Amino acid sequence: MLEVGLSHYLILSAVLFTIGVFGIFLNRKNVIIILMSVEMILLAVNINLVAFSVYLNDLVGQIFTMFILTVAAAEAAIGLAILVVYFRNRGTIAVEDINMMKG
Amino acid sequence: MVNIAFFVFAAILLASAVRVITAKNPVHSVLFLILAFFSAAALFVLIGAEFVAMILVIVYVGAVAVLFLFVVMMLDINFQELRQGFLRYLPVGLVVGAILIVELGFLAATQLVGPIEAAGSASAIPPASELTNTQAIGHILYTDYVYAFQASGLILLVAMIGAIVLTLRSRKGVRRQQIGQQLDRKRDEVVALRKVPTRGGV
Repeated sequence: MLEVGLSHYLILSAVLFTIGVFGIFLNRKNVIIILMSVEMILLAVNINLVAFSVYLNDLVGQIFTMFILTVAAAEAAIGLAILVVYFRNRGTIAVEDINMMKG
Repeated sequence: MVNIAFFVFAAILLASAVRVITAKNPVHSVLFLILAFFSAAALFVLIGAEFVAMILVIVYVGAVAVLFLFVVMMLDINFQELRQGFLRYLPVGLVVGAILIVELGFLAATQLVGPIEAAGSASAIPPASELTNTQAIGHILYTDYVYAFQASGLILLVAMIGAIVLTLRSRKGVRRQQIGQQLDRKRDEVVALRKVPTRGGV
């Protein structure tokens, strides 16, 4: 039986990160899916940190995972609040319509 | 057994991640995102990081995913319109994804061969017989990283106030209770006693 090691977790998180980036390109028009892709990218980073934390026998990785979790939750809350306000004002959430601040 | 569990959870995680970005209905996307977070939490339990796993379930599944679900269902959007150009962006996304995965693989092949050094004694993981994972994290988080911990609390406060300020709006034409006015009313101003004669009307 194949022994699961650090490299398995790193490969998993690399693939998850790539899926997240791929999702941003694939759903260029839908901000909600883009935000979900960002969450998946942050999850991949968390997997990386926890795997290194366990295999390097250092707890700091798990502590920083919690800080990343905090920032991710704050980002999701603010992003969705902006989305709700934008939808209320414009009636759409299509990304290419968001160009009011372009000079 | 642990190995089989790892591969099962990893497969579920990746499959649901793919479904998140390809699902037609955004509600399904959010539900697959929840499944992905659950699988990741299971992987954290397997590797021995129980506290982070539980926090992941509580914060992501309990708060963030529900927030997503709430917003997806609240906004009345034609999602079919938003999916136009799905195939147009596919080649670019595939190229970027392929480059990224090749780069990461290249990095892994060159960097990870060296021996792994264990950490110093200060933040080393104690054996589970001495301290639980939660206790060990608490010992470090509230001593060495207390300022970062406070700062993350501040970030959450700013996020909360920001979200409230952004979405709060004062509507016109809404009648509100005015307690001062209610308390200022005197009996003489609002009640009049009339002597009404029989068959006379007021």
